Amino acid sequence: MNKSFTQTFTVSGNNFSDAGKISTEIKMILKQLGINSDIVRRVAIASYESEMNVVMYACKAKIVLDVDPEVIKIIVEDEGPGIPDIELTMKEGYSTATPEMRELGFGAGMGLPNIKKNSDEFTIKSDVGKGTRLEIIVYIN
Amino acid sequence: MKLSEIKSKLDLVSRCGEDYLEQEITGGYCGDLLSDVMANSKQGNVWITIQVHLNIVAVATLKELTAIILVNGRKPNEDTLKKAIEENIPILTSKLSAFELSGKLYALGIGNI
Repeated sequence: MNKSFTQTFTVSGNNFSDAGKISTEIKMILKQLGINSDIVRRVAIASYESEMNVVMYACKAKIVLDVDPEVIKIIVEDEGPGIPDIELTMKEGYSTATPEMRELGFGAGMGLPNIKKNSDEFTIKSDVGKGTRLEIIVYIN
Repeated sequence: MKLSEIKSKLDLVSRCGEDYLEQEITGGYCGDLLSDVMANSKQGNVWITIQVHLNIVAVATLKELTAIILVNGRKPNEDTLKKAIEENIPILTSKLSAFELSGKLYALGIGNI
């Protein structure tokens, strides 16, 4: 792939019926760009978990997919409650999901750890009461 | 082994995706936590779960799973079926529990590959 590609998506909080739609679109775009399928799968997991976090906890978010010949970058910027203790949230098994969410199989406490595991670089910043910003980078080669 | 073979051998009922039953199965994964399935299932697996809601289809699509098998006699929600048809994901159902069905799949040679 020689060209760069950028696309911006919007995700609405609490919209469970469309949850996963943006990640499916991102996956399709990366496949069409001819990106290696193992890399596409890693990005799909990271973007799905990010998208679900927005659906479960935030009001809305902007997701920017940026692909150049070297890296795939996904920035997820939400307007929401923010995360008071990021270190705690990064621990596998920790979740603030409601009982209703858990009944649906969410809230395994694996979301952020799954994102980190599938990224080559991962940064998370959060302002309580304002929102959270994730930056996910996956190297193409 | 093909999905159609396990369907007939294990008495599974097809709820949608009949056109996709000739796909080969690479293995299976059993789980009801979506993030766990996202993290640990593999492409071509059948997924055994008791979750019947719409969001299981996105997981199966993103992980390129061969099919979803709902156990304990559970049936997919209407919107789940609609989405699965759109995404070409077969959904089958079984009266057996997740444990029993996984055991039978293993006995047929379908492991966690």
